[in-house]
Amino acid sequence: MSIDLTEGQTRRYARQISLSEIGLEGQRKLINSKVLCIGTGGLGSPASMYLAAAGVGTLGIVDFDEVEESNLQRQILHSTADVGRRKVESAVDTLQGLNPTIEIVPNDARLTRVNAFEILEPWDIVLDCTDNFPARYLVNDATQMLGKPLVHGSIYQFEGQATVFMPGRETPCYRCLFPRPPSVTGPPAGPFGVLPGIVGCVQAAEAIKLVTGLGDPLVGRLLIVDGLAMEFQEVKIRWDADCPVCGKEPTVTDLIDYEAFCGSRSSDE
Amino acid sequence: MPVSVKLPAILRKHAGGEAKVEADGATLRELLADLEAKYPGVTKNVLAEDGGLHRFVNIYVNDEDVRYLGSLETPIKEGDTVSILPAIAGG
Repeated sequence: MSIDLTEGQTRRYARQISLSEIGLEGQRKLINSKVLCIGTGGLGSPASMYLAAAGVGTLGIVDFDEVEESNLQRQILHSTADVGRRKVESAVDTLQGLNPTIEIVPNDARLTRVNAFEILEPWDIVLDCTDNFPARYLVNDATQMLGKPLVHGSIYQFEGQATVFMPGRETPCYRCLFPRPPSVTGPPAGPFGVLPGIVGCVQAAEAIKLVTGLGDPLVGRLLIVDGLAMEFQEVKIRWDADCPVCGKEPTVTDLIDYEAFCGSRSSDE
Repeated sequence: MPVSVKLPAILRKHAGGEAKVEADGATLRELLADLEAKYPGVTKNVLAEDGGLHRFVNIYVNDEDVRYLGSLETPIKEGDTVSILPAIAGG
């Protein structure tokens, strides 16, 4: 689909357009794309900011929380004046200020098994910028069932992980990587503020690559970031033919109670 | 011959804070036993009660998940790097 960029867009995205691998055609694809960021915290802040900067034409954000002072150590979407505000409202202000030419769609809601399909359906690509296991399994299952590519990022203290889950092509999903969530998690210390900055930027880069067809996305590959050693390691993620969600014969074909699956009290609404 | 074992943050406390240690074993099972002998407690959340691997902790020999190599019977060769990788969820 060929649309003309406005003069303003051509000026704004000049540096990106000047990359022959992107060009006008790549920029058009970005302007036409609809990308959803679930979470506007440590990962969602850099991810959504770089997606807005790159010119994703319709950028969705989902968060149910309020800005707290301790968020400001790493959640750079929000500033001191935003403490106490709804996170999506604060995020809209920052993102729209950064790029007034794009449409930002806020969802002030907690993603649950009841609303996930409705919230995720309109989007081309989804970024998992959540911060807990039940949400991660929920987002995985829902995007697999809807056929949406999912850009995964996660962090703990000084470490991070990132990958892209592509549904429908015998490529792995989150459950292929970690079939069960941990019953015991580490102490809630950290994170090192910059760590979600690094991983969230990787997520934005991967989403931009998926939209434009650029480079090699992290499909079937897990990027592991060790922020202390500043070492990046890569391991293979294999498709599990017996995966209950994306395998040859799925046994999980609808969304489940993810709190129960992850071993905590059900909080279904 | 000892090989390099990468420990995730959550397990480093058992190894005096070290991120990379050495352990020995012809198979992953032997290597984990050697690791536990050197750093007691380090395999507590890696091995389940039945002696098998937990499904929320992955172990890689070089860049391959041992689930696809031979699980605990995966052979370990000189020059291999073994990485223990738990699921993390922060964001």
